[in-house]
Amino acid sequence: MNYFQLFDLPATFELDLTELGSRYLALQRKFHPDKYAAASNRDRLMSVQQTANINDAYHSLKQPLLRAEHLLALRGLKISHEQRSFTDPVFLMQQMELREQLEEISSSADPDSAIMAVEQQLQQQRKVLLKQLAATLDANTAEQNQQAAELVRKLKFFFKLQHELELIEQQLQD
Amino acid sequence: MALLQIAEPGQSAAPHHHKLAAGIDLGTTNSLVATVRSGQASTLSNVAGNDMIPSVVRYGPDRTDVGQQAVAAAAADASNTIFSIKRLMGKGYAETLPLAELLPYQLIDQGGLAAVATRDGVKNPVEVSAEILATLADTASQVLGGELNGVVITVPAYFDDAQRQATKDAAKLAGLNVLRLLNEPTAAALAYGLDSGQEGIIAVYDLGGGTFDISILRLKRGVFEVLATGGDSALGGDDFDQAIVGWLQQKSGQQQLSHTARRQYLTVARKLKEQLTDSPNADYAFSADEQQVSGTLSRGEFEQLAGPMIKKTIRSCRQVLRDAGLTPDEVANVVMVGGSTRVPLVRTEVGQFFATKPLTSIDPDKVVALGAAIQANVLVGNKAEHETLLLDVIPLSLGLETMGGLTEKVIPRNTVIPVSRAQEFTTFKDGQTAMAIHVLQGERELVEDCRSLARFELRGIPPMPAGGAHIRVTFQVDADGLLSVSAEEKSTGVAAGIQVKPSYGLTDEQVAGMISGSMQHARQDMQRRLLREQQVEADRVLEAVTAAVQHDGALLDADELADINAALATLAEVRQQDDTAAIKAAIEHTNTLTDDFAARRMDKSIRQALQGHKVDEV
Repeated sequence: MNYFQLFDLPATFELDLTELGSRYLALQRKFHPDKYAAASNRDRLMSVQQTANINDAYHSLKQPLLRAEHLLALRGLKISHEQRSFTDPVFLMQQMELREQLEEISSSADPDSAIMAVEQQLQQQRKVLLKQLAATLDANTAEQNQQAAELVRKLKFFFKLQHELELIEQQLQD
Repeated sequence: MALLQIAEPGQSAAPHHHKLAAGIDLGTTNSLVATVRSGQASTLSNVAGNDMIPSVVRYGPDRTDVGQQAVAAAAADASNTIFSIKRLMGKGYAETLPLAELLPYQLIDQGGLAAVATRDGVKNPVEVSAEILATLADTASQVLGGELNGVVITVPAYFDDAQRQATKDAAKLAGLNVLRLLNEPTAAALAYGLDSGQEGIIAVYDLGGGTFDISILRLKRGVFEVLATGGDSALGGDDFDQAIVGWLQQKSGQQQLSHTARRQYLTVARKLKEQLTDSPNADYAFSADEQQVSGTLSRGEFEQLAGPMIKKTIRSCRQVLRDAGLTPDEVANVVMVGGSTRVPLVRTEVGQFFATKPLTSIDPDKVVALGAAIQANVLVGNKAEHETLLLDVIPLSLGLETMGGLTEKVIPRNTVIPVSRAQEFTTFKDGQTAMAIHVLQGERELVEDCRSLARFELRGIPPMPAGGAHIRVTFQVDADGLLSVSAEEKSTGVAAGIQVKPSYGLTDEQVAGMISGSMQHARQDMQRRLLREQQVEADRVLEAVTAAVQHDGALLDADELADINAALATLAEVRQQDDTAAIKAAIEHTNTLTDDFAARRMDKSIRQALQGHKVDEV
């Protein structure tokens, strides 16, 4: 299913999120099960399926990483969930360093600023990668799309690290 | 996937008559029913003049009492008087053992589920709750002078799938048409929010008798969005009472109490708690198990007892704000719900945490029922111009058991519902034709720390080499937060058969069996009920298709139109007779015949929704 088509939006990585949001609500207003609570069984069932679709589409387009994945899928490139090994030594080094920093947070003298430091690095790296991703997706050539897929895989690692960082932060707070 | 009856703004599918709808707050301690009359939501009182009905059922020697009458008999007949049944909804017997010693009635194991032994036989929580629901619906029917077309029943936002399903089963058993299960805090926000038309972030702090919920909602341009929910399904005012009972026991030295004495202690504890809302000290004097007990409880002492529990609720508030990605100062309004929010320390602590004075202008005991009534009135179709949209989320993540007893999340908590997500599985043995799947709900990593919802087996997988079969399992959560599962083998398109065995719930067959087995529904009644259901469904289909043809007949060619009109005529005719199967067949025929038409209408409708939207912007 083409989520861009559902919202009648151009299939590009750069997306007006406010516009997406109001189109999402326009469709929700039309198809939400609350509008069909007293309707026939079939219409009620259909409304649930349709709204689930709309929700899924919105969810997938709202977040840049999922949006990129969907865009690549539409271009025939499916990003497998299996972990593929990276051949980029700089990226691997960087990941290992960040991971070490994460592990050291709990034993650090000032965990709060340690968290801040890692978070800043993650944010910065994400920003760089997202910018590259936008450019490669925009180019939309076979080669650039391959590269975009590679960038998506890399970004996933950063989001995973971010998640782990949040877990550590929570543990420290509790 | 298509809808025939497409909602047009400002246009009702059935504008001709006002339908009777009610909102029901099925509470742990008390239950209420409310409705909207002349645009105003109000609670409905029974013949005795009470609108707050104790959620208590007594199975007497010759009849079953609900509410005040049941409470009156409680002290003398504790083991047959069931209260706090909500705590047992959708629970396994083993889970409820910690409760067993606090309850004066006897819990038993009904095939893994918790149930109660009464003089009228074993009663499960669904049956007990159905008694309460039926009593409330009777009250509403009597006051409104007709049978209810539909009800909205509220549940704690924190309720998991099994608990929601049990609530819906109870309504079915009581013969009610459930328009929607609505989260209690959302209902409360509806009661407040719609009238005042404010915008911003709202926190709903709901400390009832038996449950605590905290919900963070966003109200923006007529859209109610649940951003996050959290809480504790086993914490509430009852726990304050129990803490006071413990304190009283310490003072009196009575450690072992008979069931009757326990009941007396509990009654005294409740009174003390209520008195301490307005006065700094409360005296008590009573006799239990032939011993005189008397003394004074100060507010300070009570606050020391309740303090840790209130702190626990504040921790939940912090957690849920974190989930919503917000800080306390971003919350514009705090709505207080539940009788326990009358406790002064609760108001102080909540006010301090959110740095704002909580809203208490609507009676915290009634606000949920009133909100449910407002929503029921909208859903039944009485208020077509109503443009508020309520987007809800699932409160707890849904996942699957994977290798090594770990949980893999399929749908994370706070995902907007309805939602459907698919997961792919493969076989690990050559020629494997079946596969076991375990569905879980919860946030923890280990299977044993999550709640088991269901186990099911996929059967009829075509035999292939290991890893050859790709089975796509789809989880769908509807607007009530209820899960359904379907599966398909991808390469062959074979739909794998699923046998769902709810871990803590009743199968559809069991519910049907309970309905036909219950005394109120003799066999004839049952058949009448099935007929009535099909007639109602036939009316809905007739209404929807007729309106669709009127509105969008241009989408049909002459042959199609003739076929549809013929099907409608047949349906209208059999609907007047009493052949349930024939009505059902005519409905199915009409549905099949209009599938394409419905799809065309929906495409048109999506385009219109987005176009109308563009026009709005210009």
